[in-house]
Amino acid sequence: MVDQSAVGRAFTPVTARVEPGRLRFFLDTIGEANPLYRDEKAAQAAGNAAAAVPPTYLFCLEMMDATEPFEFLRALDIDLARVLHGEQRFDYRAPVVVGDTVTFKPRVSSVTEKKGGAMTLIVVETEVTNQDGVHVADLSRTVVVRNARPS
Amino acid sequence: MSVDQPSIGDRIVHKEFLAITRHRLALYCGASGDHNPIHVDLDFARQAGFPDVFSHGMLVMAYLGQALTDAVAPSRVRSFSTRFVAITQLGAELTCEGTVAEVFEQEGEKRAKLALTTRDQNGEIKLAGEAIIAI
Repeated sequence: MVDQSAVGRAFTPVTARVEPGRLRFFLDTIGEANPLYRDEKAAQAAGNAAAAVPPTYLFCLEMMDATEPFEFLRALDIDLARVLHGEQRFDYRAPVVVGDTVTFKPRVSSVTEKKGGAMTLIVVETEVTNQDGVHVADLSRTVVVRNARPS
Repeated sequence: MSVDQPSIGDRIVHKEFLAITRHRLALYCGASGDHNPIHVDLDFARQAGFPDVFSHGMLVMAYLGQALTDAVAPSRVRSFSTRFVAITQLGAELTCEGTVAEVFEQEGEKRAKLALTTRDQNGEIKLAGEAIIAI
């Protein structure tokens, strides 16, 4: 079971480029028609440098370009089949637009046991910076591990 | 009622989505980079103790984000967070809503906190969250 020794552990940084084709696939998948995400001219008319990314897309970019998308699970010896997503938070500090290259730096910020050890909540916080070193966002992901019952 | 002059209790976010299909989950698997088989592979889901595949929480949050930025320009969203309250099943027809919970000043700008929910066709809450927006 994951314990407090995991707190502070950092995982391999991931660098991802915001590519228009991949973004379009995501927009089509969720049925997103907002021109601010699709049309550079509409985005620029609204004051953005280029088409923006939708609110949850940073989470996807990190997984898409990670060499090992579930590295933190393997590193902490957690079975993927026992994991649920408990909470997700995004703090936006600066725009992320098509053409940007962003780098994700994930680390474990807390480990909490629940229900007498039946579940463990693990919080992974990820700082995101862009190609100019600007701190553009912070992500916080809480995963719920359904622990095996002691036999 | 408007996004520019919000009052507490105003419902400024409301959007309904089509039923979630297996096909949608397969597309989301590819489009999001989240290749966890529990959402697309029935054998894997059963092995993990679930009766069927179920939606990625982040697909549901993407719908909630879409509803949010239909009402509020993306550049005004300062934060966006949710709890995944319950598993979203295949066939779920989701409704995303947001009401103004608080209006305040922070970091030199006027902001509002929106209380957000996503419910299925039975009214069951799937996601409960909030967004801070600049107004």
